[in-house]
Amino acid sequence: MSDLTSLTLKAALDGMAAKSFSAVELTQAHVEAVEAAKALNAFSFPTPDKALEMARASDERRAKGQTGRLEGAPLGIKDLFATEGVQSAAASKILATFRPPYESTVTANLWRDGAVMLGKLNMDEFAMGSSNETSAYGPVVNPWRAEGGNAKLTPGGSSGGSASAVAAELCLGATATDTGGSIRQPAAFTGTVGIKPTYGRCSRWGVVAFASSLDQAGPMARTVEDSAILLTSMCGHDPKDSTSLPVETPDFASFVGKSVKGLRVGIPREYRVDGMPPEIEKLWEQGIAWLKEAGCEIVDVSLPHTKYALPAYYIIAPAEASSNLARYDGMRYGLRVEGQNLTDTYEKTRAEGFGNEVKRRILIGTYVLSAGYYDAYYLKALKVRRRIADDFDQAFEKVDALLTPTAPSAAFALGDKSDDPVAMYLNDIFTVTVNLAGLPGMSVPAGLDANGLPLGLQLIGRALDEGTLFSLGGAIEKAADFKAKPKKWW
Amino acid sequence: MSENTKLIQGRTGPWEIVLGLEVHAQVASNAKLFSGAAVGFGAGPNEQVSLVDAAMPGMLPVINRHCVEQAVKTGLGLKAQINLKSRFDRKNYFYPDLPQGYQISQFKDPIVGEGEVIVERDDGSTFTVRIERLHLEQDAGKSLHDQDPNATYVDLNRAGTALMEIVSRPDMRSSEEAAAYVKKLRTILVYLGTCDGDMEKGNLRADVNVSVCRPGDYEKYRATNDFSHLGTRCEIKNVNSFRFIQQAIEYEARRQIEILEDGGKIDQETRLFDTVKGETRSMRSKEEAHDYRYFPDPDLLPLELDPAWIKRIEAALPELPDAKKARFQSQYGLSAYDAGVLISEQARADFYEAAAKGRDAKLVANWVTNDLAAKLTAGGIGIENSPIFPAAVAELVQLIEEGVISSKIAKDVFERMWLGEGSASEIVEKQGLKQVSDTGALEKIIDELIAANPGQASAVKEKPQAIGWFVGQVMKATQGKANPGAVNELLKAKLGL
Repeated sequence: MSDLTSLTLKAALDGMAAKSFSAVELTQAHVEAVEAAKALNAFSFPTPDKALEMARASDERRAKGQTGRLEGAPLGIKDLFATEGVQSAAASKILATFRPPYESTVTANLWRDGAVMLGKLNMDEFAMGSSNETSAYGPVVNPWRAEGGNAKLTPGGSSGGSASAVAAELCLGATATDTGGSIRQPAAFTGTVGIKPTYGRCSRWGVVAFASSLDQAGPMARTVEDSAILLTSMCGHDPKDSTSLPVETPDFASFVGKSVKGLRVGIPREYRVDGMPPEIEKLWEQGIAWLKEAGCEIVDVSLPHTKYALPAYYIIAPAEASSNLARYDGMRYGLRVEGQNLTDTYEKTRAEGFGNEVKRRILIGTYVLSAGYYDAYYLKALKVRRRIADDFDQAFEKVDALLTPTAPSAAFALGDKSDDPVAMYLNDIFTVTVNLAGLPGMSVPAGLDANGLPLGLQLIGRALDEGTLFSLGGAIEKAADFKAKPKKWW
Repeated sequence: MSENTKLIQGRTGPWEIVLGLEVHAQVASNAKLFSGAAVGFGAGPNEQVSLVDAAMPGMLPVINRHCVEQAVKTGLGLKAQINLKSRFDRKNYFYPDLPQGYQISQFKDPIVGEGEVIVERDDGSTFTVRIERLHLEQDAGKSLHDQDPNATYVDLNRAGTALMEIVSRPDMRSSEEAAAYVKKLRTILVYLGTCDGDMEKGNLRADVNVSVCRPGDYEKYRATNDFSHLGTRCEIKNVNSFRFIQQAIEYEARRQIEILEDGGKIDQETRLFDTVKGETRSMRSKEEAHDYRYFPDPDLLPLELDPAWIKRIEAALPELPDAKKARFQSQYGLSAYDAGVLISEQARADFYEAAAKGRDAKLVANWVTNDLAAKLTAGGIGIENSPIFPAAVAELVQLIEEGVISSKIAKDVFERMWLGEGSASEIVEKQGLKQVSDTGALEKIIDELIAANPGQASAVKEKPQAIGWFVGQVMKATQGKANPGAVNELLKAKLGL
């Protein structure tokens, strides 16, 4: 049944509509693929029975002529999303036993449209990480390997499970979340498409919070069109999330394939950072050439505060996280380690329940919010954030979108950077600005490096202008004609 | 030193108290501030807890517009600045009855700014308490330490309930003034319908900031706004009755004075009032104070209010206590004191107005504030549940006005009304209490009296006040039904006074 798993989401939906195969057949093929891919560690909690049950229900609906936008499509769900009755642990030991009695708005939207859940996808613990190595379930492995090498590579993070599962054809698409690049960097590392929409497009209700002002859900898929179809289902105003935008969701897929002629695309000069591999530089030039050929006008722009973005991000995100994660105290749900007294119970529970990276960020966050440090760190970071948003506003007076590399390197080996937090944080250098400004950003696979590993280009758009990104992403996809797939070794 | 300041004599000279209050008033609302869960008293433990209140992963707060409206209303009632843009912050600390690990409050930008409350003292004089701010915040849950020797239970019913914290400036100078301020504040809130003011249920409670200083220092503070003129303050947390507020202040002021007079220093700290022992004790010192790490709650957008909406709320405000008091004085000719007593509870004011319609307003005021109030208080009954209705009081007063019964007889009629023996007219009829104004009948009694007591009759000519004895005798003979005015007139004529 490997044919069925290699279909695009669009092709699979068309195939079911044409009755070429059923949702059960399609789901069965994916369930088997998931089962066979344990070496990737992409799924932390597969739900094959639920998947087949949902697929049967989908086939019944189709028989009655009731078909949703995603009718019968088997998807993977990042473990950060609460799924009713199904383990939702945010890849943390502290939530290992947690089964929420509620469904996140985003996943509820997917089920409303007929999608099928294959299971929960591995990720960095509480979405904190850029390599998927902070997961309580152990790292996800990238299906890609360097040519002639056997080293296990990272799929990126924090949505590493989503990226790996999509790239390895274990699901037609996946939900993911992006706080500082957690959709786009893994997409780039695995040759997949990922889009973080405008902050507020997707409801955060039922998504375990990392940094509330930055967190945003989005899809990962194998084509730009597939990601557009998924995002259309995921979005929508949700009165249960005060930061959800009260706007209509367009049919994003209708933007894919639209002419990009006359669009002005900005190239931010500050994104040419020291030590960037020449291959990335080359890929960027290639992207510029493709868009020029497609009729875009290329404009040099400046985003002068870019260099302050990463430090500001690593103050704001941990600050919010330190507060968001206070609820994991062993009192009401999740792990509880009994101590001698209340404080001891708190300390033992949190010491055992949280991994090192999460603890590091809680400590950083607590520190920067403390009396005496607040102004120097947190307040300053908020000011930087404002400047970064202003930079984008000014750039978007001149251009319709920006083109940058997604990540400063291709996928690296597991263990390479896990002892050096700062080196790890530098992975987010091109992506965090987008979260700080709340803008939509997309990563599109654009080529392979000398080792045969995928590289991605990032498109950044105006707030609520995902449409333009889908058009430009479609143009790059077409020009790049990216057909490479990881060789199956698992 | 202002003349209303209460001096406390110490060994080293006189001291003055300076008091500022933070009053926590539960917003009258059917739902919590951010979760939509029901609010109510008496539900079983953890029966009114939503996923948001329990801080389940991924749950988000959504502001309850009704609570915002209540805060705005209250702000308007305190003649305060309504801030068109305010913000919610997180106050971070760990405790089992605080599920999120933070309280959502307003730290930097509260919804209501500066205002004032005019407070009446018992002697009828008034003073002004400046309001610094009012902000909205969530209440915590309740920790139950007495259910099990080895465990603490947590009830989250209250967690997430909306509170208004109303912060005053240090403008109260005695425990009586502090209690009077809370009473007045409570009256305003109840009038506005923004808090039920029920202190027994903890729906209104106060943190009391107490410091002491030497006479003259407070005036220096007021002139310069420099707090260093005032003594170091201690905050007594969560005091929930007028009596306890006064007791706590008295104890705390004495404690501070003793320390200072022994050459000691007051440590700024948070203290608890032990209601059993009647003393305050240290809860945590300044050094132990939490670092709450306040920061803007990223789950909530800044709260922006439409000036037109505020105008609509303002236009729909009920008549507030101060305005009502002024109107009662001018419309009904009442004294400031009587008007103050009547308006101190909305229900009492409403009762009064219903009874006073078309009647002698002062007489009605006397009946409502004296006889009826005494009965209700003794019975522990609120005036809204009074077994005697306004119309019944009006009827009683009408009988007095028309001379059908005397004020004295009216007291007896009222007793019987309270016992449910019927309306005033029915009782007067049934008991034959109609006042004897029939001069013929009275003359006969008086003539007989004078004839039987010639000594007294001549003595009264020397000593006119002795007429009282004759009045008493006539009343006795008529079982109190004689019209005192008529009796007096007849006696004077017959005795030749």
